[in-house]
Amino acid sequence: MRFMYIVTSPQPMRGPSPEMMTAMQALSEREIKAGRMIDNGGLMPLQTGARVRIADGKLSVIDGPFVEAKEVIGGYAIFELRDKDEALAMAKEFMQLHLDHMPGWEGTCELRAFAGPH
Amino acid sequence: MTAATDIDRAIRAAWRIEQPRLITTLSRMLRDVSLAEELTQDALVAALESWPATGVPDKPGAWLLATAKRRAFDQLRRSKMLARKHEMLLHELEREQQTMPDLDAALDDDFGDELLRLIFTACHPLLSREARVALALRMLCGLTTEEIARACLVPEATVAQRIVRAKRTLSESGLGYETPRGEELSQRLASVLEVIYLIFNEGYAAARGDEWLRPQLCDEALRMGRMLTRIAPQEPEALGLLALMELNASRSAARTDADGEPVLLLDQDRVRWDRLQIQRGMLALARAHELGGAGGFYVLQAEIVACHGRALTPGETDWPRIAALYAQLAALVPSPVIELNRAVAVSMAEGPQAALAIVDGLVDEPALKSYHLLPCVRGDLLHRLGRYREAQAAFEAAAGLACNTREQGLMRRRAREAIEAAGR
Repeated sequence: MRFMYIVTSPQPMRGPSPEMMTAMQALSEREIKAGRMIDNGGLMPLQTGARVRIADGKLSVIDGPFVEAKEVIGGYAIFELRDKDEALAMAKEFMQLHLDHMPGWEGTCELRAFAGPH
Repeated sequence: MTAATDIDRAIRAAWRIEQPRLITTLSRMLRDVSLAEELTQDALVAALESWPATGVPDKPGAWLLATAKRRAFDQLRRSKMLARKHEMLLHELEREQQTMPDLDAALDDDFGDELLRLIFTACHPLLSREARVALALRMLCGLTTEEIARACLVPEATVAQRIVRAKRTLSESGLGYETPRGEELSQRLASVLEVIYLIFNEGYAAARGDEWLRPQLCDEALRMGRMLTRIAPQEPEALGLLALMELNASRSAARTDADGEPVLLLDQDRVRWDRLQIQRGMLALARAHELGGAGGFYVLQAEIVACHGRALTPGETDWPRIAALYAQLAALVPSPVIELNRAVAVSMAEGPQAALAIVDGLVDEPALKSYHLLPCVRGDLLHRLGRYREAQAAFEAAAGLACNTREQGLMRRRAREAIEAAGR
């Protein structure tokens, strides 16, 4: 099964600490070599982005940063795993890294299965 | 769902995530893959015993690794016949015990090398094909004996026996737990690729039984292919095999209809092909070419499948190229099955008459005597030529030879269609 992991944290966004970067790299490397991580990436801050929105039957473009945004997507990863149990174990391991290496950080790692029989 | 099974599943999942690192770490320490594999299993049993009471620890991997190492240590200490090698290991382990639980930054660095060694050992050409398949699924994918038995459609006892024998062979032969180099490397690599491809095809073709597709085996083979191309990135044939598997697997969703009936390639809804997977396959193929892999056994096959992947509609398929690639493949590994495939491509490129000439040259081929796709292809060509009675007979012969009930059904349907066409 294919899963997408989306990591969000409250504004203002804090980049990963050097220890966190090292730990994350070790984990990614292990997962890529184990054939489970298919893709991943970090996202630049909100000012690099824009939103195209439909409301009241009208299309509008809002440039970043979006002042109203409370939670910001910082990055994503795509994994292929056997089942949701594995996906959860993976997410916990990833979030545990934050607990260990970024004291005080808060955020969410949401995992979602892809549609279709992957 | 009871809490007990929930935690049970969580434990197994945590163990599977850690399994590759557990077995490579222990293999490195013990220089004995069989023992390492047993100790990783023991660690799972220990977790199943204690985690339901304590809950899953914050760092399940560290717990499992510490437990497995402790057991390795105990086992060596208990052993009365400490060989010199073991004595050295014991000291090393004792030192490591003292520095735990600060785990393994250094070990992680050679995870790839260790994994490669493990892959080469589990797929050693000294072992039978069946044993290599079982050992790879067990040691590299962390499947249980029961899961392997279910996936490969053989009794569990048979799988257990294969694994025990294979491990004994590995231990008794005193095989170095080393990565082969130079000339030996290509021969050993071929054995690894063969195992991965066998596992993939077992899942993809599901030649026996009621299951058209046993997706888990495909997934495991893909994972091994990705593993191998990550840790040995300079091997074009490994990349070719990965490309071949990704490109074939990209069609999984479209290969059966809502009732689970097979849908043939040209009738598939291409919107349901997995673009991400096609892209990955194309990438691996391009990389194989960069490394000078053009013309390799797996690269050629991937090239053929890529022709389908590139075509957004069946009409856009480059059949002359596919026919040429099959001819190249047949020259590399002469095989009546490849000739049959070439005939199909020729029928699309030049028409059924030219293809029938090739197929008719294959009917006396002993290797194809019980191969249902020969009369199936022949039936199709005859049907297209308007020779319906002969087509019907060919499809009936094919139905008699097919060993998958779904394929039998498909052949019978084609036979009926031929009768109807003859009656019109």
